Amino acid sequence: MSIASIATEPAAATSLLRFATAGSVDDGKSTLVGRLLHDSKSVLADQLEAVEHASRDRGHDAPDLALLTDGLRAEREQGITIDVAYRYFATARRRFVLADTPGHVQYTRNMVTGASTAELALVLVDARHGVVEQTRRHAAVAALLRVPHLVLAVNKMDLVDWSEAVFARIAEEFTAYAGSLGVPDVTAIPVSALAGDNVVTPSAHLDWYGGPTVLEHLETVPVIADPTGDPARFPVQYVIRPRTAGHPDYRGYAGRIASGVLRVGERVTVLPSGRTSTITAIDALGTPVDVAWAPQSVTVRLADDLDVARGDLIAPAAGAPEPVRDVEATVCHVADRPLREGDRVLLKHTTRTVKAVVKALPSRLDPADLALRPSPGALAANDIGRVVLRTAEPLALDDYAVSRSTGAFLLIDPADGTTLTAGMAGPAFTAASGGSGRPEADASVPAPDDGWDF
Amino acid sequence: MTARGDSPYALTHLDALESEAVHVFREVAGEFERPVLLFSGGKDSVVMLHTALKAFAPAPLPFALLHVDTGHNFPEVLAYRDRVVARHGLRLHIASVQEFIDDGRLRERPDGTRNPLQTVPLLDAIERHRFDAVFGGGRRDEEKARAKERVFSLRDEFGGWDPRRQRPELWDLYNGRHSPGEHVRVFPLSNWTELDVWQYIAREGIELPSIYYAHEREVFARSGMWLTPGEWGGPRDGERVERRVVRYRTVGDMSCTGAVESDAATVDRVIEEIAASRLTERGATRADDKLSEAAMEDRKREGYF
Repeated sequence: MSIASIATEPAAATSLLRFATAGSVDDGKSTLVGRLLHDSKSVLADQLEAVEHASRDRGHDAPDLALLTDGLRAEREQGITIDVAYRYFATARRRFVLADTPGHVQYTRNMVTGASTAELALVLVDARHGVVEQTRRHAAVAALLRVPHLVLAVNKMDLVDWSEAVFARIAEEFTAYAGSLGVPDVTAIPVSALAGDNVVTPSAHLDWYGGPTVLEHLETVPVIADPTGDPARFPVQYVIRPRTAGHPDYRGYAGRIASGVLRVGERVTVLPSGRTSTITAIDALGTPVDVAWAPQSVTVRLADDLDVARGDLIAPAAGAPEPVRDVEATVCHVADRPLREGDRVLLKHTTRTVKAVVKALPSRLDPADLALRPSPGALAANDIGRVVLRTAEPLALDDYAVSRSTGAFLLIDPADGTTLTAGMAGPAFTAASGGSGRPEADASVPAPDDGWDF
Repeated sequence: MTARGDSPYALTHLDALESEAVHVFREVAGEFERPVLLFSGGKDSVVMLHTALKAFAPAPLPFALLHVDTGHNFPEVLAYRDRVVARHGLRLHIASVQEFIDDGRLRERPDGTRNPLQTVPLLDAIERHRFDAVFGGGRRDEEKARAKERVFSLRDEFGGWDPRRQRPELWDLYNGRHSPGEHVRVFPLSNWTELDVWQYIAREGIELPSIYYAHEREVFARSGMWLTPGEWGGPRDGERVERRVVRYRTVGDMSCTGAVESDAATVDRVIEEIAASRLTERGATRADDKLSEAAMEDRKREGYF
């Protein structure tokens, strides 16, 4: 990997991978992130100088790479990460946006935040301790958020004599557990973040390991899905009506394709009204096109002069979702004030915000064993649980299992706008009993294609 | 793997970033009453304006621009600003630091730098025009306090940022709710890097103020940076003016924005140069970030971008 090649490489050749990191407090996550940034030459001289300077001020002998990522006064004062930070780095093959999330139990909401936009989650374990409760929780959150790829970095291999047997045991246990959660793709990599073994460069100590380093895997994991298999969903964000001399009659519906593919000539339904029309033109930010796909921002024009506004959803006439007012979902509560039955809230789904009431809180996930406990009464900050909602207006909602975009929603406090809850519409957890990690099926048997269990 | 080769449905990283920025502009236009776009003529605000124009084409931009003029701006940049405004028929508000100094509402700092003084006229303009959403070109790769910034960042009635009370930002569901008096700072280029910005400028053929490209000009050295002499307060005794071939990586107040020695006179050469640079743009050219370890965080808490 050479820095100079980034410049000469045509911009068209690189893709973007968003990933999130998770690890318990002392698993060495900051060191691993520091290694990735440092060894991919993404830490520049003045940043390193600032870290060296700050480390000296604190009386450290060596530069503390965690200071690269802990940017706030309170974090540096307490030596902990209190919030999600976004890091950027690039190689000749790919650009990366890393959501660096704190590992503490009480920061589940931060991992949910990081994972919501991630295509890959990197979970760290300490090779001496193996899969622990926190590891299972991280895997469960990644599975809940339906992050497509999961990487287990077994760190501190130097402290277990680079033992292949230790790695194999941990990798097997984790893969079985992730399988029970329905995670389709797990990769385990032995590393020593402190010395840099297998992070960016292959390690001679780990010659028994034939797989990629962490960076190689990040560079090559396929993130381009084929959107043709997904139902097309186009939330209308904004109606463009220039009313200018050059465009007296132009009426375009601007938005970002949430999933699937849109084509000129296609019959579509506008929800929730249910009226149908035909796509006559698609404008991809200045270029007229015949076909567009997620996640492109485009402007769509229809044959008929329908009443279409922000908050409406355009979908293929054959295969439009049925608008509903009763919503069941799994949620992660992110606000400090609790969520209770009877609470009146706002629900933001795609570009639509509607009033809603919390009808019931059937269960709460016990973070210790990942079992569902019935009737919690309320959800507190960082709780994951089930909710039943009734909305004032119909919503064209998909199951989160079908679409991470049109299946997701926020609950918002109408009084002051606080974001209360992250919601994922659809069926309940069916598996993920914790300690044994065993649902009904045998984990060693790969789950069917769409084997997500919640 | 390369994106284009593998799937006809791949997006390049620039297309993905552009689509996301457009999404953010349209969300704000759809949800807020009175947005405004901060425009300094610097490369980030130029890219922001370019994507905003694409987001609403063929309709005109549904919001105005706001320039916080420190009074120490590069003449080339002001000329560029006025040219762009005229070309696209945009509405421009100007908040002037000089006016605030002239009528006594602000006092010149002993070190002569005016960058921190921008906060007061900015907040005044936001209050006077009742702007409820303010687009800024800030990128999270710039600085470690900015790495913690949200795309939609709620500010209190004093314009202040409290990093511990930020809203979690989930999926692309941005929450713009705010109480009267509060406003939201919006950063459509949050996920871009300096290199992305330059590659996009190259791809889209965007014109920039000339000082971004190597040219010979009079400069003098102060605190390891090449500054442009002028009425703002330089050179002082013992500082010697000389002619050098330089360019600017950032554009801001003349008193604290340094030039770098460079012969990169074209977009392609600039891209090569920054890809090989061992310094961040702020480390190379911004004096005010060096004031303390948390200089940016402290200024943001007070209402700065």
